[in-house]
Amino acid sequence: MSTFLGMPAAPPRSPYGTGNLRGERSFPQAAHDGLRNGQLRGNLGRATRTIRAKRIAVTGELPDWEALRDAGAAIKTDTMNRLPELLEELERKVTERGGTVHWARDGVEANEIVTRLVKATGSGDVIKVKSMATQEIGLNEHLEAAGITPYETDLAELIVQLAHDKPSHILVPAIHRNRDEIRRIFLDGIPGVDPDLDNVPAHLAAAARAYLREKFMTTKVAVSGANFGVAETGTLAVVESEGNGRMCLTLPDTLITVMGIEKVLPRYQDLEVFLQLLPRSSTGERMNPYTSMWTGVTPGDGPQDFHLVLLDNGRTAALADEIGRAALNCIRCSACLNVCPVYERTGGHAYGSTYPGPIGAVLTPQLAGMHAAEDDPNSSLPYASSLCGACFDACPVKIDIPSMLVELRHQDTEQAGTSAEKLAMRAAATVMGKPKLYRAAQRAASLSRSVGVGGRDRTISRLPAPFDGWSDSRDTAAPPRQSFRSWLASAEGAATMRAAAEEGARRTTDDQDDEQEEQ
Amino acid sequence: MTATARDTVLGRIRDALALAPAPAGTVPRTYRTGRTLPDTERLALLTDRLVDYKARVHPCTRDRTAEVIAEVLRERGARRVGVPAGLDEEWLGAYDGEVQRDSAVIPPPSLGELDGVVTASAVSCAETGTIFLDGSPDQGRRALSLVPDLHVCVVDLSSVVAGVPEAVARLVPERPTTLISGPSATSDIELERVEGVHGPRTLAVVVRTDA
Repeated sequence: MSTFLGMPAAPPRSPYGTGNLRGERSFPQAAHDGLRNGQLRGNLGRATRTIRAKRIAVTGELPDWEALRDAGAAIKTDTMNRLPELLEELERKVTERGGTVHWARDGVEANEIVTRLVKATGSGDVIKVKSMATQEIGLNEHLEAAGITPYETDLAELIVQLAHDKPSHILVPAIHRNRDEIRRIFLDGIPGVDPDLDNVPAHLAAAARAYLREKFMTTKVAVSGANFGVAETGTLAVVESEGNGRMCLTLPDTLITVMGIEKVLPRYQDLEVFLQLLPRSSTGERMNPYTSMWTGVTPGDGPQDFHLVLLDNGRTAALADEIGRAALNCIRCSACLNVCPVYERTGGHAYGSTYPGPIGAVLTPQLAGMHAAEDDPNSSLPYASSLCGACFDACPVKIDIPSMLVELRHQDTEQAGTSAEKLAMRAAATVMGKPKLYRAAQRAASLSRSVGVGGRDRTISRLPAPFDGWSDSRDTAAPPRQSFRSWLASAEGAATMRAAAEEGARRTTDDQDDEQEEQ
Repeated sequence: MTATARDTVLGRIRDALALAPAPAGTVPRTYRTGRTLPDTERLALLTDRLVDYKARVHPCTRDRTAEVIAEVLRERGARRVGVPAGLDEEWLGAYDGEVQRDSAVIPPPSLGELDGVVTASAVSCAETGTIFLDGSPDQGRRALSLVPDLHVCVVDLSSVVAGVPEAVARLVPERPTTLISGPSATSDIELERVEGVHGPRTLAVVVRTDA
């Protein structure tokens, strides 16, 4: 029965080759698309600026904002420490209230469970509330392969789905599209849409409303994610704006909720913390328009058949990492995306994963690993950051993303094996460890400068391999003509140092004089 | 016997916690709880927040409830409204349109034929402008306050609390609970806010200041 016998083993990552936790190209390669896309950069720049300002305004309204962050971080840490008992309690409460709980080791298993449950209802259609977990496991693709049509009902997710595209932001997944593109996507993708539909956002939203209303009223099964699952009571919560969530959670006969195991909260009271932290950090609103909370099945109100699928898919692997485990504290608010200078310029697709931005750069390698394949794109994610720390400041549950990125870089270089870069670094270490060799190398470097490296503006636009990754996105200052050592040893160097020493001595005397005058 | 997914996942969690144990800590609850505000301040704050979210606010006294509800419905041209089974009958006493008393046997799609719905509410949070419905007989099943395009919600000032912790403390966790802050809205297209996507496009709040 129990697998805990003797020595604990490291839990597995999300299996390679399934779901959406890995892109096809490394971050620097994929980022080029975003950097060249003026539309994307313009939209993202405007969106992140706007949300940033709103977030600062509404968090500033609360005098106890920092205390709420402390509580949020502590509740999440407490949750992770007590995860087995909390999940068992959640399971017990949901079951007591007429729900059914399923456990999924990975995305493949979760997809199979959901598909089997949908098939059991006899429905060929499913309406979906926006869910990061089902996006992560690629549920839509799996359902389609099984002959079931999933309909995304969040406006942005609908746009992404109709365009056969991928979300680019956690909160506003279609932010990379403009109104003209969306109009075309609707004209092509929504059956029976008014051919005279214009590009006014209100009219586009109305077209989506008309299209989806029929789906809400006729579809018998819905799939949702969950923002929170309360162990103490078995209550699930979904936070949203449009009402599509309420529709999916209320109208169908069957509701299937896929929830990552880290989303559990110990007490109902804990909602008082997260209902303040999440909306203010996410959309910069005091509260999102709609939140639905339900506990199992309520006779005469809402779905009478409720299933909760608890998903691991690499979360336990993250939990086993002493430093990285705090990434599981993430409540998916997207505040870190909106303050990140790297995300703002590259957009979400560059990260290749369902989870973009700073939190994605730590969460994705935690869940799916960095070396599951040769040249694993995920191994480039820890470097997709300037380590400026803005994400840490913005995080409502105080996840220290910069420290985790540094740790992941360390883990990456430890595991990376013999790369050209590693060889070069080893050579550099040898040279630097031997003064004679070091001086010789410096002379060689300044010689190369004097024969024209770096051009007129004293910068090198392209370095040779293995340093070309660096020079791909920035210019490198050419090495100085002379090394500091040889400059110091020269007559010019000696004269300058003497002058500096005299200047320093004079200043000290002046300061003493000033102090005496003041006294 | 092969391990079930449940045992495997729980085993993995225990392994993970054994490999990377974390010291147990206490949760600091130094944020604001148990706040109280005088009636006038709660009313002013709730009204400010609701209006900011594009909801309409109609303060009234208890004896004018029916009159104000009828006015709001007339203003919005609602000819046919739904009400929860347990709503006070007198509240629709001044309304001259058709009233459909809800029941679980009415299929949700037919709720779309209603012009609006009138419900009571369980709790409201002034600081965030949030109304909580908990499925009590005077609030009805969740579909009723969702499908029609106009939601007229009656809030008693005595049920309005200052902040989120005070509101959560008043809830019954096992009841299906809906938090409403203004009408349905989206900002998905170029971050331009559009009111009314799938939920009611109009939220009118009748605040009874002496109840």
